[in-house]
Amino acid sequence: MDEEYDAIILGTGLKECIISGMLSVSGKKVLHMDRNNYYGGDSASLTPLEQLFEKFHGPNAKPAPEMGRGRDWNVDLIPKFLMANGSMVKLLIHTGVTRYLEFKSIEGSYVLKGGKIYKVPADEMEALATSLMGMFEKRRFKKFLVWCQQFDVNNTETWNGLDPHNSTMQQVYEKFGLDENTADFTGHALALYRNDEYKNQPFMPTVEKVRLYSDSLARYGKSPYLYPLYGLGELPQGFARLSAIYGGTYMLDKKVDNIVYEGGKAIGVKCGDEIVKGKQIYCDPSYATDKVKKTGQVIRAICLLNHPVPNTNDAQSCQIIIPQKQVGRHYDIYISCVSNTNMASPKGWFIAMVSTTVETTSPETEILPGLQLLGPITEKFVTVSDVFEPVDLGTESQVFISKSYDPTSHFETTCKDVLEVYERGTTTPFDFTKITHLSLEEQE
Amino acid sequence: MAARGGAAARPASAAGNKTCQFKLVLLGESAVGKSSLVLRFVKGQFHEYQESTIGAAFLTQTVCLDEATVKFEIWDTAGQERYHSLAPMYYRGAQAAIVVYDITNQESFQKAKNWASPNIVMALAGNKADMANKRAVDYEEAQAYAEDNGLLFMETSAKTSMNVTDVFMAIAKKLPLGAGPEPARDTVDPSQSTQRASGGSCCK
Repeated sequence: MDEEYDAIILGTGLKECIISGMLSVSGKKVLHMDRNNYYGGDSASLTPLEQLFEKFHGPNAKPAPEMGRGRDWNVDLIPKFLMANGSMVKLLIHTGVTRYLEFKSIEGSYVLKGGKIYKVPADEMEALATSLMGMFEKRRFKKFLVWCQQFDVNNTETWNGLDPHNSTMQQVYEKFGLDENTADFTGHALALYRNDEYKNQPFMPTVEKVRLYSDSLARYGKSPYLYPLYGLGELPQGFARLSAIYGGTYMLDKKVDNIVYEGGKAIGVKCGDEIVKGKQIYCDPSYATDKVKKTGQVIRAICLLNHPVPNTNDAQSCQIIIPQKQVGRHYDIYISCVSNTNMASPKGWFIAMVSTTVETTSPETEILPGLQLLGPITEKFVTVSDVFEPVDLGTESQVFISKSYDPTSHFETTCKDVLEVYERGTTTPFDFTKITHLSLEEQE
Repeated sequence: MAARGGAAARPASAAGNKTCQFKLVLLGESAVGKSSLVLRFVKGQFHEYQESTIGAAFLTQTVCLDEATVKFEIWDTAGQERYHSLAPMYYRGAQAAIVVYDITNQESFQKAKNWASPNIVMALAGNKADMANKRAVDYEEAQAYAEDNGLLFMETSAKTSMNVTDVFMAIAKKLPLGAGPEPARDTVDPSQSTQRASGGSCCK
């Protein structure tokens, strides 16, 4: 390989695959490599089931026969859903990658309060019927939701006396007379904040998040979330195909030793005896361990169940949020569940994932409140992963590193990071009009 | 739209004939002429110095049989086969495949043998048949291999268009046109503004 590439991308996790697609679409000559013999890195869905057992329990571990055919399982390593009206869906539509995928709505969204699981109301009827809050509180809450929907930063008449530049979210709650439970519900089950820091910050981002939730919910009705058939691992594959269609070169199962520098600037990548030349390097933290710093830890427990999650009305797929205050923590605990309906497991089997930000020295104890909601667990796989971010912007080294996947339940921060990395690398925001193959096909 | 199982139901054609849609994937080594075959079949074009695949997400083309119209959704490898990096997504839901080799390249035939799969309708296509003076793969040998493995077999030329439509037609005839619809999967299409469920199988 004597050629020089505009960009060498290391790791085929979702973020790198999106970046690869965007660079190829923009006319860059891209080489994309992965040390594994499969696509997806940390954002892969492991299949067959044997692969999951071997990864966690060693080479001789085998699933029990009643777990069915191994290849009917697609087990995500990182749990996330797509907000139906969120950035990932927009990115998928703009790039045409939706056409490689099929999606289903997640059936239900739940929240824990006082040790009991409640359905997050999905429409006005459910809101009126919910026992999450009392009669008068419901009216106040409704007023608040209407205000959120109508709020326009350019029209002071919609502000209702609340200044987006000065007023905090706490002041908004007070203005509408919402009690602490409702505030908890709003911040954690609707705006999907994982801690309470947002309360003392200007309210606008929270209002936007509440709107994203309602708009996403309005699209399909049952929950605001979408999930691709066969697991999240389909997403990186879809964007990799986009990159390939625009000329990107793919090499899996490639031993990548290290990034090669000259005078502090990357000039390529060493793979065994050869050095592949590239003007820029884009990678996940695991390919540039000397250029990242640890910012925290996440614990994730993958649980295989032979029954739905109790108290979810036998939902075939769902999310349950355990707000931090309910269990005396700083960060929320999330539970996500998918099953055969999502082509993630054989009939009768469910994959539940319990995850949170690590706060103590015994992380497994921290997720107990989540595990206890699952009923009998047939098999459990626990990981505690470090979360990394790059130490610099990569301007000098021309090495652009994405952040590790965070414990948020959706892809909003993932997309934000991708667009930021792209902009750091190319010094311009991504131009969606460069995508031409969509219109080419229209002409057929 | 994302008719990945090749499964979206289409409105019946004007003749009152039913239309069945199938996902067809191309397999085989680099530079055997996979994209050229598709371009010839779909657009009637041939470029002597066709660049390595830079193209569309997938192309569609229909063939008419007596009992139904078959619409192929044809997936090209986009070059991901070059370093053996085809994603599982590529094969998923495919109901038909054409394994292509170059009759002037023995190795491309040997490698083509790795692709045989019992579960879908497959054709083996010995492409570049117009270059018979440089032939390196015997017609009889390839035909015998195809017969032993239950594959359709033809030698084709994207350049002269020999057998190109024929190979797609032969596949169409072997596809299960009469199969009833699969149970609906309740999938949603995020690119549509209103909700729509995509139904089960090919024919309705």
